[in-house]
Amino acid sequence: MHLIDRRLNGRNKSAVNRERFIRRYKDHIRRAVKGMVADRSIKDMIQGGEVKVPAKDISEPGFSYGRGGDWESVHPGNREFVRGDRIQRPGGRGGSGGGREPGTGESTDDFVFSLSREEFLDIFFEDLELPNLMRTTLAEVQQRKLVRAGYVKDGAPSNLSVARTMKTALARRIALGGPLREELEDLRALLAQLLRDPSESTRVHALQARILELEGRIARVPFLDDVDLRYRHRVVQPAPVARAVMFCLMDVSASMDERKKDLAKRFFTLLYLFLTREYERVELVFIRHTDEAEEVDEDTFFYDQRSGGTVVLSALELMKSVAAARFPVSEWNIYAAQASDGDAFGADAGKSARYLREQLLPLTRYFAYIETPEEEYSRKSPLWAEYEELQGEEDNFAMKRVSRAQDIYPVFRDLFAKEHAA
Amino acid sequence: MSAMGRGGSDTTPYGMPLPHGPEWEFDLIERYHDAIAETAAEFGLDTYPNQIEIISSEQMLDAYASSGLPLGYPHWSYGKSFIRNEAAYRKGYQGLAYEIVINSNPCIAYLMEENTMAMQALVVAHACYGHNSFFKGNYLFRQFTQADAILDYLVFARRYVMECEERHGVAQVEELIDSCHALMDYGVDRYRRPQPISPREREARRHERAEHERRLFDDLWRTTVPQKEVEAVASDGKAFPAEPEENLLYFIEKHSPTLALWQRELVRIVRKLSQYFYPQIQTKVMNEGWATFWHYTLINRLYDKRHIDDAFMFEFLHHHTNVVAQRGFDEQGYHGINPYALGFAMMQDIRRMCENPTPEDRHWFPDLAGTDWVAQLDFAMRNFKDESFISQYLSPKLIRELRLFVVADHEGEAELLVDSIHDDQGYRRVRRMLAELYRRENRLPDIQVARYYRESDRSLVLRNHVYRGRLLDDRQADEVMRHLGRLWGFAVRLESVDADGRVENTREWHT
Repeated sequence: MHLIDRRLNGRNKSAVNRERFIRRYKDHIRRAVKGMVADRSIKDMIQGGEVKVPAKDISEPGFSYGRGGDWESVHPGNREFVRGDRIQRPGGRGGSGGGREPGTGESTDDFVFSLSREEFLDIFFEDLELPNLMRTTLAEVQQRKLVRAGYVKDGAPSNLSVARTMKTALARRIALGGPLREELEDLRALLAQLLRDPSESTRVHALQARILELEGRIARVPFLDDVDLRYRHRVVQPAPVARAVMFCLMDVSASMDERKKDLAKRFFTLLYLFLTREYERVELVFIRHTDEAEEVDEDTFFYDQRSGGTVVLSALELMKSVAAARFPVSEWNIYAAQASDGDAFGADAGKSARYLREQLLPLTRYFAYIETPEEEYSRKSPLWAEYEELQGEEDNFAMKRVSRAQDIYPVFRDLFAKEHAA
Repeated sequence: MSAMGRGGSDTTPYGMPLPHGPEWEFDLIERYHDAIAETAAEFGLDTYPNQIEIISSEQMLDAYASSGLPLGYPHWSYGKSFIRNEAAYRKGYQGLAYEIVINSNPCIAYLMEENTMAMQALVVAHACYGHNSFFKGNYLFRQFTQADAILDYLVFARRYVMECEERHGVAQVEELIDSCHALMDYGVDRYRRPQPISPREREARRHERAEHERRLFDDLWRTTVPQKEVEAVASDGKAFPAEPEENLLYFIEKHSPTLALWQRELVRIVRKLSQYFYPQIQTKVMNEGWATFWHYTLINRLYDKRHIDDAFMFEFLHHHTNVVAQRGFDEQGYHGINPYALGFAMMQDIRRMCENPTPEDRHWFPDLAGTDWVAQLDFAMRNFKDESFISQYLSPKLIRELRLFVVADHEGEAELLVDSIHDDQGYRRVRRMLAELYRRENRLPDIQVARYYRESDRSLVLRNHVYRGRLLDDRQADEVMRHLGRLWGFAVRLESVDADGRVENTREWHT
């Protein structure tokens, strides 16, 4: 009998098959992810999650019996029936095999399985057409860095510290060879004395032999030994944490329909993902506005319909006051993302642009504005026209018209090119 | 290791109870194994050498996905079953098997690391001596599987499939394997193919036959007995295949007009795997019954010999009763007949009839009553499959104990009819109907290759013999026809034929 411990062998043998399954049902999964993006809060977006695929779509076919025909089945535990009794068909399925198990045992339930965080983000990013490199950096769990932490006795050859190793070797050579060398010196002195006296030739021979032996032993102390090796040691430390707050501003007047809100949500999510990569802690503030602005929770922000006019300035002012009250610039990195369909009336657009330039942009590290127009090529909105002037002047401001999901990413391109250069 | 225990059977080191507890250790498993091996030898269980492997629950899930095989070729359907099992396991809907055992030589048994020591001992007895001896002895396994070669073949299959993926593309290979899987149930030989004979031998046989006829020639026969007309179709010599072929994958592999060589090899791989599983499907009740019977018998024997103590025995009995629990048809959680329960009960019953036969047993089973039960069980294990085993050995006493009854569900009747119950009139019918349930045809419609028009349009005709009005499931059948067409490459027709040979309906697939 052989008894083998296989527990240390690879555990993830099925990973390749799982991946194939996901690739095969990509369309289903993409649809499910789309649904998840709509349902979820921004903070939960990166959790991965459950995907449902209708069971009939993934069944593996095979010849089997359908309904009809004559069947007999055998069951245990009869307490009441005698030969000739008649029983109602269970479930009232007329004419079909009542007592018989369904041919393939295929269930009609949905096939549910969970996507890991990476799998989820992969599909989420696919829509946004992120460059691949950006995908990997975003999907990274957390920034960590390696810190030197002294020396250890084993490690990878590339981490070998030569200086430290030589030092240890030297110490070892001294420690091992020291007593021998002392004795050798004594003997040499003695020998020198004896050589002057010809009558001592036998002792001279003995001494010379001993000296030779000692020299040999000293020579045999290895120059470098395994125990001397020292490697640089590094430990992983989380990168220094910084805090950021992200203001989400959105026009929720009636003209912002589901599609526009969905785009806005993706936009906010992406900014959030970028920020979580850079900062240990990211706070979210949701400010919605019609003709007046209010701070709300995320659910209300995305799903509560309001009616009324549009005064953009109100939202900007509220942001300023919230920032002043709770997020002092000295302690928080302030980011803001504004989504709107560009509606603004009268002087509002002009005032907003001025307010933004004078009051908000000095506070924020970055302010991104996206506009979700009715049609892709419609004419410039009033708000757009005013904001446009800021674009060239202020380098922490970016704006973009977005009518499809893949338009969102370029808004951030500048931001991160800059952040990384800094 | 095994030599250590054999010598001093009842004195040392096994005179004292073996230690047990929630934690197992490697040397403890070995000591239990030796004690069990020694006891199994008393009963003359003949097994392949054992290889026991300890695995974690994740690895068990992996093993589940590939039907228990240690390695398989990559395919999305395995991913699907992995995901399904994993989800069920994580949510606690489903426990994992305590072991998986592979019909190979040496016989590999996977033990879960989470098992307690008592559980490991149960599993060693169940898998390494129960299943293992069944694999080695049962006629179906002897005929259709090569225990020595299966692991090597799996390695080959995996490598071949992956090479094909590199050369021809993953999508191409996946498509083909999908199609093969759809026909996997029809990739089985139920009887061994005759060895091909050489032309010289054929000539010799023909000669012998002619000689035989010449010697027995009597003109009286020709002139007095009217001769039967020989069927025209069979005699024209062109109909191919001459005999219907029920192994569809075999026929496709050998005769498909369009498949490339590598594709044929893939068809063959799927077919071989299907064939490997065929005996297991046919002997589920017997195999589990046999293994359960032996873990029960061996562990009890160890208890009698005082190798194990009461606490161990309680834990063992707890697991054992769970395994052989059979719920009644009207109880919650009833999923049909539990093969462990039925198999175990029948094996126990055979032993009882040998040792303590009642007058009824003497009447029903005169060959069993009063004979050596070890020999009788061994004979049963070697020479039967579920269907024949039940129709041979299910006793009236067991039918009464299980309170089996037959329900008839006939098309056109508004209600179900209780056909037979456990009484004098019903025993034989209950037994026959229960055996029927384990017939292959009861699960799989009978579909065979009837005709291949080799000389004309290369179309393929399959024939489905409809038995007692049991028609094919339309949606499934149409799907499979698509796969069949993909493998064949020319038109395929499936005719459903009733008992009188009339064609009831046909399905067609065209390129």
